[in-house]
Amino acid sequence: MASVSLESETFKKFADVAGRDNDVNYLNHDHSITSWLFTLDHKRIGLLYLVTITLMFLLGGALAGAIRLELLTPKGDFLTADTYNKAFTAHGIIMLFFFLIPSIPAVLGNFLVPLMIGAKDVAFPRLNLFSYYLYFAGSVIALTALLLGGVDTGWTFYTPFSSTYSNSYVIVMAVGLFVVGFSSILTGLNFIITVHRMRCPGLTWFRLPLFIWGIYATSVVQLLGTPVIAVTLGLLGVERTLGVGIFDPRLGGDPILFQHLFWFYSHPAVYIMILPSLGVASEVIATFSRKNVFGYHIIAFSSIAIAVFGFIVWAHHMFTTGMSPYAAMVFSLLTFSVAIPSGIKVFSWLATMYGGSISFDTPMIYIFGFLGLFTIGGMTGLFLSTLGTDIHLHDTYFIVAHFHYIMVGGAVLGYMAGLHYWWPKITGRLYSEFWGKLSAGITFIGFNFTFFPQFILGYLGMPRRYYEYPDEFQVLNVFSSAGATILAIGYLMPLVYMPYSFFFGEKANSNPYGGSTLEWTNTTSPPSPHNFEKTPVVTEEPYHYHGKEAAVVSH
Amino acid sequence: MFEEFKWLPEQASTVAPEVDMLMLFIVVVTVVITAVVAALTLGFAIAFRRKSESYIPAPWFGNIPLEISWTLIPVGICLVMFSWGVKVYSNIVIPPADAMEIYAVGRQWMWKIQHPEGQREINALHVPIGRPVKVTLTSEDVIHCFSIPAFRIKQDVVPGRYSSLWFQATKAGTYQLFCSEYCGTEHSRMIGKVIVMEEADYQKWLSEGAESGQALQGRKLYTKLQCVTCHTGNAEAKAPNLEGIYRKHIPISHIDGVKIKDGTKVFADDSYIRESILYPNAKVAAGWESIMPTYQGLVTEEELLQVIAYIKSLNQGQTPPRTEETPTPATIQNKSPNKEVN
Ligand code: HEC
Ligand SMILES: [Cu+2]
Repeated sequence: MASVSLESETFKKFADVAGRDNDVNYLNHDHSITSWLFTLDHKRIGLLYLVTITLMFLLGGALAGAIRLELLTPKGDFLTADTYNKAFTAHGIIMLFFFLIPSIPAVLGNFLVPLMIGAKDVAFPRLNLFSYYLYFAGSVIALTALLLGGVDTGWTFYTPFSSTYSNSYVIVMAVGLFVVGFSSILTGLNFIITVHRMRCPGLTWFRLPLFIWGIYATSVVQLLGTPVIAVTLGLLGVERTLGVGIFDPRLGGDPILFQHLFWFYSHPAVYIMILPSLGVASEVIATFSRKNVFGYHIIAFSSIAIAVFGFIVWAHHMFTTGMSPYAAMVFSLLTFSVAIPSGIKVFSWLATMYGGSISFDTPMIYIFGFLGLFTIGGMTGLFLSTLGTDIHLHDTYFIVAHFHYIMVGGAVLGYMAGLHYWWPKITGRLYSEFWGKLSAGITFIGFNFTFFPQFILGYLGMPRRYYEYPDEFQVLNVFSSAGATILAIGYLMPLVYMPYSFFFGEKANSNPYGGSTLEWTNTTSPPSPHNFEKTPVVTEEPYHYHGKEAAVVSH
Repeated sequence: MFEEFKWLPEQASTVAPEVDMLMLFIVVVTVVITAVVAALTLGFAIAFRRKSESYIPAPWFGNIPLEISWTLIPVGICLVMFSWGVKVYSNIVIPPADAMEIYAVGRQWMWKIQHPEGQREINALHVPIGRPVKVTLTSEDVIHCFSIPAFRIKQDVVPGRYSSLWFQATKAGTYQLFCSEYCGTEHSRMIGKVIVMEEADYQKWLSEGAESGQALQGRKLYTKLQCVTCHTGNAEAKAPNLEGIYRKHIPISHIDGVKIKDGTKVFADDSYIRESILYPNAKVAAGWESIMPTYQGLVTEEELLQVIAYIKSLNQGQTPPRTEETPTPATIQNKSPNKEVN
């Protein structure tokens, strides 16, 4: 009686497929639904996140589709003004807080951090599961806000619009973000302690894979930055519900204070999204060039530098608020300082490829796309850190294009590269290389087609968040919307061939790409429930290909 | 759809060519860097493609001269962009002293504009060519942003405070005026036109629409709102004389009810006068009791601008008499029996 089967038909099928592997692994050792929902295994928690954030991504993507459809013509014809405002607000909130921020850290980070450092699990497995359920609860609350009627403040929640004037479900959404914020804080905390305390014997700090450095830097930002946005949303809620004057000048508050607090978190949040991607790029480039990463120490430190500088540049979002010109100059100069470590990383990757033995598997193709888009994103950032040009470009489509290049071009393509790279490890199966490469190519082309015209639109002066626009902007908007359909195809393809490969793909061996880090060299694909047969001992730097010809060739 | 399309925005102010030059410089630099990165990526990908499964390349750990150069060269480039950016920015934000002043109030979802001579317009701004114009901005509700792409300028319009921007138009024509800070349902309809006219046309336009001037409206309010009952401008006054205070340094004694160091002064600009009217206790003029009532909720932003314009124009000995149709407030009546002043 006690063992009433919770197994549904789908789960049986799922279990059978996973069971085709002869060895016991983390996927097939227990098939019950409860063994998934209450799992303390970091690998299974990673998969729970994967499924949830993919659903959120689909929702956010559908909203983007609605936005692009509306912008096909200058007049508002497909949506009403309010619906449009709610659509772009929901698109921003979902993509940032419920997809991008948890994407690499929570999915790949959860799966890989213990594997890459030779540990059995994260430091606090229960806390890890709790973080997932906080994320889940936050998502449910946010979706409730949308179902009740949505929020029309923009993802930036600028006061006093959000605190006094908006008639939408601001409080419900703020509660959702507050909850999901704690998920992010606890995940960061867990990873920091895991990296400090759980490294296997011999794995010194400078033998850590660069992905771990990226996740570590990200976790620090999550831990230090997220409480600020939680407090800010709390203050917003207090003003909105109790009428305490904090941000609304009619109540004696200061609306600009909100922007300072908001960007103090939300600028570093950009680095929460991009730093893990930079880590993925280092791993993929090393593996597919079969070479050590050039300037390992500098790349590791530049992740930390980006995380630190990220905290002192927030006011570059506010150059037009009427802030003191001297403060503007300081923030402009500091903003340029973020460009330097980012540039160093790109050049070091090029030097890693130089003289390598480069193969063009899907993850590497995605990383080529990433390199192109991240470079353009970074370069266009220079227009915005320069005061003289920022005034004209601020709050136009130039900004929209710039941050999509960074956050979609950089962060999402890095995530896709990572997901493809570690897919054989996660599932024990190989996806179709043909479809993989095709999707990477289509995504790259579709992305540029969608967002490049927006740089020109911004320079021409088209303000962002416009539901109707003057006729002269139509040509470029049509291009952009057309590109979005191509981009959508690029995104949808992996949603077909990856799940397909999970069930029907060719079985992967433990190290199909010749990776050099512990998850490839010391575990099976998929790994056993406790990761390692016996605790690994590390004796050398990562990416140590040279002098090991035989080992690599044997795959 | 193609007829209206342009690749480059109109260039219609003195700063626009400066911004465009800087823009062009950054475009050239970034295109060159991006092209180099792309060429190296593709070049290396082809040159070092995997030719043999058994080949393991030699390691390369670092190269100090190379790393120093790809750190220092970008630092140099960034410093050039930064300094050039600061130069253009200071031209954008620092108005010339002789700029003519226009006031604009943003509200969901329109722009209300007032000229010094008294003209008012909605969602339109007429300005003469070749004269510097300073626009002082405030909002009645949420944050907006006053943006004129053809002039390459924009400035957030924040409730509860004044901000300003300036320009000098160089080309007659009609240009877009956008609200570029999201402000609610009809944000995208909060747009207007800037009409740049030859001086003669502008003078003609001024004379056509002239209501009474800004300051004249303010003078009426000054009596209607009973400012004059306290600020009588003579010896028995219960309040400081406001004649000629604009742009003077005024000694103050209290900030938000807290006593401060003797000799502290504030600069009496538009924001200070505005604050004195809305939050009289925020800064109390030294030697006076803070008996001034708050006018918060009693004056609109537009009226406030008119009163300020009046105070700015008020010279020695020009305070108006307290007329019969302006009875004194009850509180004051008790203390100082109704007597004609001046
Ligand atoms: C009940 C009397 C009273 C009335 C009515 C009154 N004021 Fe005042 N006002 C004062 C006093 C007293 C001070 C000086 C103390 C202080 O700064 O609060 C003052 C200060 C000021 C100042 C600052 C002057 C300085 O030298 O720093 C300005 C500007 C001002 N008032 C404008 C106005 C305007 C405009 C009105 C009408 C809309 C008005 N006041 C109505 C009593 C009054
Ligand atoms: Cu607006």
